[in-house]
Amino acid sequence: MTEATHEEYAIHDEHFAHGHHDEHDHHGPAKGFMRWVFTTNHKDIGTLYLVTALIMFLVGGAMALVIRAELFEPGMQYVDPAFFNQMTTLHALIMVFGAVMPAFVGFANWMIPMMIGAPDMALPRMNNWSFWILPFAFTLLASTLFMEGGAPAAGWTLYPPLVLQGGAHLPFAIFSVHLLGMSSIMGAINIIVTVFNMRAPGMTLMKLPLFVWTWVITAFLLIAVMPVFAGAVTMLLTDKFFGTSFFNAAGGGDPVLYQHLFWFFGHPEVYIMILPSFGVISTIIPTFARKPLFGYSSMVYATASIGFLSFIVWAHHQYTVGMPLAGELYFTYATMLIAVPTGVKVFNWVATMWKGAMTFETPMLFAIAFVVLFTMGGFTGLMMSISPADLQYHDTYFIVAHFHYVLVPGAVFALFAGTYYWLPKWTGHMYDEKLGKLHFWLSTVSVNVLFFPQHFLGLAGMPRRIPDYAVQFAEFNAMSSVGAFIFGFSQLIFVWVVIKAIRGGEKATDEVWEGASEHGLEWTLPSPPPYHTWTTAPDIK
Amino acid sequence: MSHQETDKRKHGRLVWGIVFVALAMFGFGFALAPFYSLFCEITGLNGKVRTEAVDEVAYDVDVSREITIEFVTELNERMPLAFSVETPKMKIHPGQYYTVKFYGENLTDRPMLGRAIPSITPGTATAYLKKTECFCFSEQRFEPHQRREMPVRFVIDPGLPKDIKEMALSYTFFDISDTQKD
Ligand code: HEM
Ligand SMILES: [Cu+2]
Repeated sequence: MTEATHEEYAIHDEHFAHGHHDEHDHHGPAKGFMRWVFTTNHKDIGTLYLVTALIMFLVGGAMALVIRAELFEPGMQYVDPAFFNQMTTLHALIMVFGAVMPAFVGFANWMIPMMIGAPDMALPRMNNWSFWILPFAFTLLASTLFMEGGAPAAGWTLYPPLVLQGGAHLPFAIFSVHLLGMSSIMGAINIIVTVFNMRAPGMTLMKLPLFVWTWVITAFLLIAVMPVFAGAVTMLLTDKFFGTSFFNAAGGGDPVLYQHLFWFFGHPEVYIMILPSFGVISTIIPTFARKPLFGYSSMVYATASIGFLSFIVWAHHQYTVGMPLAGELYFTYATMLIAVPTGVKVFNWVATMWKGAMTFETPMLFAIAFVVLFTMGGFTGLMMSISPADLQYHDTYFIVAHFHYVLVPGAVFALFAGTYYWLPKWTGHMYDEKLGKLHFWLSTVSVNVLFFPQHFLGLAGMPRRIPDYAVQFAEFNAMSSVGAFIFGFSQLIFVWVVIKAIRGGEKATDEVWEGASEHGLEWTLPSPPPYHTWTTAPDIK
Repeated sequence: MSHQETDKRKHGRLVWGIVFVALAMFGFGFALAPFYSLFCEITGLNGKVRTEAVDEVAYDVDVSREITIEFVTELNERMPLAFSVETPKMKIHPGQYYTVKFYGENLTDRPMLGRAIPSITPGTATAYLKKTECFCFSEQRFEPHQRREMPVRFVIDPGLPKDIKEMALSYTFFDISDTQKD
């Protein structure tokens, strides 16, 4: 192949036909669909992840609306209980593995190389793989809906023996989990290698933007716990099909072992979803407060301590399985300890805003709502960390309220904040600020109408994962369902804002946000950035 | 080019290091299974009882202590077995041997293979309940409609912590006929 053809975009497909992969070609993207299939460009892959995450967010959201429609009134209205349980299970699996995690990987792909002055991710071809595994994994998972016995219905925790009693879905759901795990691990490897090996000269570890730091720690969590989860579901598979008895009491196993394995993964997993959010919020607040982040190094240490502590608190999800007193006490104290570094973070965010010259564009609004509402979720977490109290809260709507506060106005709001913040950089166009604000206010009000009443339902004893309930719970459930529908449909505004900004709009400056170039390398690049950036490393002050 | 070569080598080392950690964690998950069983056996935390007979040794009977023991009979997944016990509740002295009779009746026209899994609450009492004879030591075969008597002979070790005054011994029968067919 000659030099000349290198410069031609249109025949890029042919490059691959000849097995020619030169990631460092200085040209733009290939044309057509194949650009997306074969791309090894971090920006393209970031976009693929983000688009997939948005689609999965809408799919998972539609399932949530099925749940809330059924729960609008007591009694059985629209779906049968088996399907209801499939909806709760798939909703959670899709939101966790399909929406939140891929969206943060999308942010990482787009932003980490631009933030640390690297030309691309360290392992571009693996990057392509780790994305393209996802559509197959989700197809496998979704296909279970059409199988005899339906989709998995035992909850996203897939507890045995219940999950083993379902229909034909089990091997498909489990292979899908294996694929998702492999994709996450490959993504994590890429991030660690990029950050360790590809930083521009002078970009020392303690100069890394906090978003990069939080992602490095998240990547380590992924590598440590995804394989344990993969192992646990493999044991489910062999218990079901190959006569092993890991979790089968008749053969000398114990179903509680599964819970330990699951939560050894599961608790770090919830931090896998929240640490990158912390990074996004720590990036946005300084920009709009026009001050450097307060307590940068304490933020790094707090993130690392949260990462470490997340490995030693798992059994706070199992206070009711009959642990000995010493175990209950240990897990109570260890869990409460997590509130300390988390408190450090909240303090630092507030201190960053303190006496700042603040403006309230959409990203900042979402960031402030994050700080307030995530903290509320943290407080309910603290309540549940106290094992004697949790005996009452466990498996009620109180815990549903807790984790939705940390995940929706927590992780998902951080995703909105980050999208509004970086969208002008990605597309080169300002998004529609009016619609953005409308999206913010509708989402923030409705998310509280949706989840706040669930605290009361839980305290009054309404169990989670049921399709019908006693009549005394009717009012709060109706309220919650109304909030859910408003929240759900408000997200269409977000979709529209994103599409609009991609298609055109007011031209964004390089800096986009006043003074942003002091807050990160990405704001010194053009908007939109060229296909290849930092092919020569930037100077780091 | 040479710059890229060293990059590749540098990446490679790190990548394989991380892959090794991931594989080790996969192994760790499986290693937890035997470790968990061992841990529970030593501590008795999950109330799992040893399913081997102990030799009958004589203890000093502590008549000053009286302990209430309850026997619970359960079936897993609607197993078609009529499973019961002659006395659901007894008052006993530590150190003395007792025999209780359990009954099982196969309600079907097919032979049935069952396995009973014992469990003790509170878990801390587990280590002090010693059985010289129990139907939980082996699989139990029931011919069609056969009714069988299954005695359990046990003693409570007088070392039982003083604060334990009540305990429960439960058996759950699992139908394992299917697993044995092939
Ligand atoms: C101060 C921090 C936190 C504490 C003390 C805490 C504590 C707890 C406790 C004790 C439970 C178990 C409740 C029960 O099952 O009875 C729980 C459940 C849960 N938490 Fe948190 N949590 C905290 C932060 C978070 C964060 C940041 C996330 C995610 C972003 C999160 C997500 C979840 C989820 C998803 C569950 C439910 C899992 C399930 O059973 O399906 N939590 N939390
Ligand atoms: Cu947890």
